[in-house]
Amino acid sequence: MTAEATPALVEGAAGPGSTGRAAGRAPRAGASASYLRYVAGRLGGAAVSLLAVLVTSFFLFRLIPGDPVKFMTGGRPVSAQQIAVYRKEFGLDLPLWHQFTDYCGKALTGDLGTSYQFRAPVLDKITEALPNTLLLTVTAFVLYTALGIFLGTRSAWRNGGAGDRLHTGLALTLYSIPSFWLGLLLIIVLSVGVGPVPGLFPTGGMESGGTEGFAYVLDVAHHLVLPVLTLVAVEYGQTLLVTRSALLDEMGSDYLTTARAKGLRDDLVRRRHAVPNALLPTVTLIFVNLGRTVAGVILVETVFSWPGLGGLFYQALSVPDLPLVQGLFFVFAAAVILMNTLADLLYPLLDPRVGR
Amino acid sequence: MTADTTATPATGPRTLARQRRRASVARFWRQYRTHRAGLFGLAALVLCALAALTAPLTVGSHVQSVTDAPGAPLESPSGRFWLGTDQFGRSLLGLVVWGSRVSLLVGLLAAVLSVAIGALIGITAGHFGGWYATVMMRITDWFLVMPTLVLAIALATVMSRSLGTTVLAIGVTTWPTTARLVRAQTLAVESRPYIERAKALGGGHGHVMTRHVLPNVMPLVLAQTTLIISTAILAEATLAFLGLGDPTVVSWGGLLQDAREAGAVSSGDWWYLVPPGIAIAVVALAFTLCGRAVESVLNPRLGVPR
Repeated sequence: MTAEATPALVEGAAGPGSTGRAAGRAPRAGASASYLRYVAGRLGGAAVSLLAVLVTSFFLFRLIPGDPVKFMTGGRPVSAQQIAVYRKEFGLDLPLWHQFTDYCGKALTGDLGTSYQFRAPVLDKITEALPNTLLLTVTAFVLYTALGIFLGTRSAWRNGGAGDRLHTGLALTLYSIPSFWLGLLLIIVLSVGVGPVPGLFPTGGMESGGTEGFAYVLDVAHHLVLPVLTLVAVEYGQTLLVTRSALLDEMGSDYLTTARAKGLRDDLVRRRHAVPNALLPTVTLIFVNLGRTVAGVILVETVFSWPGLGGLFYQALSVPDLPLVQGLFFVFAAAVILMNTLADLLYPLLDPRVGR
Repeated sequence: MTADTTATPATGPRTLARQRRRASVARFWRQYRTHRAGLFGLAALVLCALAALTAPLTVGSHVQSVTDAPGAPLESPSGRFWLGTDQFGRSLLGLVVWGSRVSLLVGLLAAVLSVAIGALIGITAGHFGGWYATVMMRITDWFLVMPTLVLAIALATVMSRSLGTTVLAIGVTTWPTTARLVRAQTLAVESRPYIERAKALGGGHGHVMTRHVLPNVMPLVLAQTTLIISTAILAEATLAFLGLGDPTVVSWGGLLQDAREAGAVSSGDWWYLVPPGIAIAVVALAFTLCGRAVESVLNPRLGVPR
């Protein structure tokens, strides 16, 4: 909630100013070599994390008491012969260790197994749904990050004022609301319609079908409004609070006094001096908090029947379709780890004090 | 937190310690009282806790019985059923009150488990350092970036549907922030001279960690618990909504799932959906407000508005 979770930050950010200036004057080759070392370290860390996810996802889903075949058949009585066929088909007759090496080898080539439920390769189901999820997530991410940073900056700058209290209070309230509940309410009020309010938006899905070209784009956008609205509402609060506390940390700094003493307008002091410095820790935290966004996406897609990874996850859970759950678990975790690594790699480019 | 050294003349070390503790609690309360949002949160919590504790007297366990439900299915709010009825004809008001027991219980237990794991790892990592701390902090960082809910869902999927599973799934996925905070605080405490004195007088690892570090970390741990409870209550509702909760008990998330399955969304029965959601939001918000107030009393630099 507050700015405590800054793993990548703490090591690098030494004395402000001094180290940065020194690095700036250092020969170009030396700087890029140390950046390469930093990149290599981060990539290595990411690789280890991904491997850990792979191992976890394999053994976690083998912990289940009972036979996976029972899940597949849904408890219906099946002959021993049929069970043997299933076991062979999904490689469940091999020793655990053998299954694990098989799994890792296949995962590296992109083969995540076959879904029990759809009888189709897990990877196909995932690649099918991925663009839809990206459309929803990226739109919402851009909007809530922009909104959170904008309001967070204003809140911190007028710390303790009426606007600050209003925005912090609203952010905390929305942050405490379950995203799926907000989604359901929005559907009732804006799609189904309550009393005099007509249904303005579709209740779910991504398209009505039968449209092409520009009309199709408009149709998808129309379907996109409510899911994005829900995600932005429940997620922007976190960005707001993080930005706010990062900026509050900068507020007492001497360089702001200097900037004011130079006669800069308050607005310029904020935009040119305080905000750029406060954004640095904010960026890391926004990416660290991506895990929460993933949760939000799963729920929002479930509620709005959005044909993305989250909706697929819910379908897989209710069976449970273990290969699909396992594959999606890996994809979600890998996505967050990769985004965090990307943030780590961009960070030194934004802040010369880090990683040199 | 360190107590004032200007305490009243001591009659013995134990009474002195007790007096100091009482003084610091009183000081804490004086500062807490100035946070209006924190007081609101506390009041809301007390009300919810009372409602949950007295539920057996006010509504009784028969509210969750499907067979002898008093009303017709899906009645809208009326004088008899203030919040309407569900698809079995059970009183929604009774169900929401009864559901608070499970939601609060799971939230509390999961938060305690989570903070216990976090505090244990944080204190030992801060105290021992070296390769142990490196390994532990690596693991912590890994859990920190993992999407918590996805991990909790995975755990809940592979285990049997029960309250214990929910508590475990939430507890073992939400501890990393606590571990990081506690480790940082442990490092700060252990650099103080009195720890050196304790060690010089022969205090072992266990003594230093439980007698010196733990009491100093405790306020932070309490603030963190309050914040994590709100996360845990939301997570419990989410798991129940996804059908991963215990199907035999009534909880707020479970009520929302029931509502969705009963078609309350498409038929526009808003009164079925609104109360459980508001209950979740109010309790989660109340815990967050309290946690932030406690945090800002302990660390005024955070700039939480009063």
